Amino acid sequence: MITFPGTLDDADAARAVRYAGAEAVALWHGDHDLRGVAAVVVPGGFSYGDYLRAGAIASLAPIMSEVVAAAGRGMPVLGICNGFQILCEAGLLPGALVRNKGLHFVCRDQRLRVESTATAWTSALRNSQEIVVPLKSGEGRFVADAATLEELEGEGRVVFRYAGVNPNGAVADIAGVSSVDGRVVGLMPHPEHAVDPLTGPSRDGLAVFESVLRVAA
Amino acid sequence: MAKVVVDVMPKPEILDPQGQAVAGALGRLGIAGVTDVRQGKHFELVVDDSVDDETLHRIAGQLLANPVIEDWVVTRTP
Repeated sequence: MITFPGTLDDADAARAVRYAGAEAVALWHGDHDLRGVAAVVVPGGFSYGDYLRAGAIASLAPIMSEVVAAAGRGMPVLGICNGFQILCEAGLLPGALVRNKGLHFVCRDQRLRVESTATAWTSALRNSQEIVVPLKSGEGRFVADAATLEELEGEGRVVFRYAGVNPNGAVADIAGVSSVDGRVVGLMPHPEHAVDPLTGPSRDGLAVFESVLRVAA
Repeated sequence: MAKVVVDVMPKPEILDPQGQAVAGALGRLGIAGVTDVRQGKHFELVVDDSVDDETLHRIAGQLLANPVIEDWVVTRTP
């Protein structure tokens, strides 16, 4: 998992990786070195204080040029919250995340519906499965133009949708999407905060990290 | 050296809740007659002769603005 200035959720991402049975490797924003990892998690937080646009400056960090190149070679990449914003700014995922519709920062245990298990990060989940995962964001509203939306829906690249309540006005209730090859996934809610009932609403998020172990080199 | 202004606005089809909040606040100032507000960003750059118009549009489109959700106008000031 990558740490940028202002990243918050790298530690919990590392914990989720360890719970899933893999080795957590810390990656540094300023390095051009992915340290031989089999997959990359871009965690949540407020990289660069959300200056300019959330994720905009982080998308230009040296480590991200390595992530983009590795994704081009099929490396699985998961972007969580600010990580999703960074992946969109870096061009690895379509669309953009903008200010929540009601302007409120939303912090809630959010029901999600799994829309695709055909990605590197959702193969251990079930189609139409509902999971409960914390959401905590002020700029979580996913937007995309009509052509992009048609492409995402038509190609089955909507990975998670908000269930019950759309907390931020995201178009088509989209909470997470994937790249064309299904190896890069971004979602606004935090699966890494739902791996242990002691510290989260469920352990539903653990399956996201277990999924990638099946496909990572 | 020259000054360049880049104005960035959300695309017309993007809902702008911050602009709506500003419009609502105008009402609380007792001001009527403002039917819409949209909020953007104004950047002022000081550039030398090596920064041509193509470079300015790269700066705008790759950093100052996100072309998925924003439009921009580049103006060289005399």
